[in-house]
Amino acid sequence: MAELLVLAFGTILINNFVLARFLGICPFLGVSRQVETAVGMGVAVTFVMTMASAFTYWIQQLLVVYNIEYLQTIAFILVIAVLVQLVEMVIKKSSPVLYQALGIYLPLITTNCAVLGVALINVQEAYSFLEAVINGFSGGLSFVLAIVLFAGLRERLAYSPVPKSLQGFPIALILAGLLSMAFLGFSGFNLRALFGL
Amino acid sequence: MHKWSIFKNGILNENPTFRLVLGMCPTLAVTSAVVNGLGMGLAATVVLIGSNLMISLLRNVIPNEVRIPCYVVVIATFVTIIDKVMAAYTPGLHEVLGIFIPLIVVNCIILARAEAFASKNSIGDSIMDGLGIGLGFTLALMLVGAVREVLGTGTLFVAKDFGFSGIELFPQEKGALFMILAPGAFVALGLLLGGINWLSRKKEAK
Repeated sequence: MAELLVLAFGTILINNFVLARFLGICPFLGVSRQVETAVGMGVAVTFVMTMASAFTYWIQQLLVVYNIEYLQTIAFILVIAVLVQLVEMVIKKSSPVLYQALGIYLPLITTNCAVLGVALINVQEAYSFLEAVINGFSGGLSFVLAIVLFAGLRERLAYSPVPKSLQGFPIALILAGLLSMAFLGFSGFNLRALFGL
Repeated sequence: MHKWSIFKNGILNENPTFRLVLGMCPTLAVTSAVVNGLGMGLAATVVLIGSNLMISLLRNVIPNEVRIPCYVVVIATFVTIIDKVMAAYTPGLHEVLGIFIPLIVVNCIILARAEAFASKNSIGDSIMDGLGIGLGFTLALMLVGAVREVLGTGTLFVAKDFGFSGIELFPQEKGALFMILAPGAFVALGLLLGGINWLSRKKEAK
């Protein structure tokens, strides 16, 4: 149990998917103008990342059985694309309100590199099924944490006098750099000691 | 002349990093040194040329409704090829770039060129477009890599895989470690983008 907590907290704070691993930068910069939309995107991504971690674990087992690991990239991206489509259909049927809220973000998730990234990291680190799912879920939470904090900062930024050349993307990137620097402080954490391991 | 303008368009007017601001993940993640940027850029260029060629060839065969999954399969095939080739011939670089090589599949630049250019243009034009955009991406990655490598470690063009020890500009302990770490990537790219905006604004004012 403590091992899993170490994994989860490590993924959220120390190896933050956006700010330390540079995964999912496109939606991080693209849909972070308002806190509300950032939360919507974050929830959708967390959901898909958790599902993708669970499914790709079994796909990888299958690839190993048939000795065709070189098809990993193609197999994973197709599974993720199908999964996103399925999630979209299920949400549309079961919860129209949630679908309304997430609607436009769902199809975009296929090309979010955090989703394929988490599947590849799970294989690389040889995680068990449970560890993979925990890693996917906490990876999603790390995305939520980063994008919501960033959206809050950008809402403030709208009222600041930014030099003309730096407006838009440049200042957003510098801001993300400052946020990333703050998260760098977490790497001094000894999580294993914290959870008594 | 026409082909040359397509090629130039990819490097300057539609530079994927500095003009279109696409494909940010690898741009930030692998640019801690020039050679990493070069490796990533060339890998993406090969995939771009290959996928543009294939999609241009198949542009009248692929049904419109399922075109995106078809493009993704074509792109993933070329990514797998380059991944295996790099693992065999440049293992050190392959190790450093890590999961960002398979992640070329979800790089928006490549899908964007397939959708916006290769699916509508002839084979020759599509190859030129892939080459131009790919080289534009490579040059941008090398520029960001050069800034971070010099400020962070005081060296330039260190490439252990190719037996090149690089140029030492100042001793390593005087370098700002910050530039090599994650925050340095964001700040360096932000300032470079700002600088390019400033330059183009000055040019317009003239």
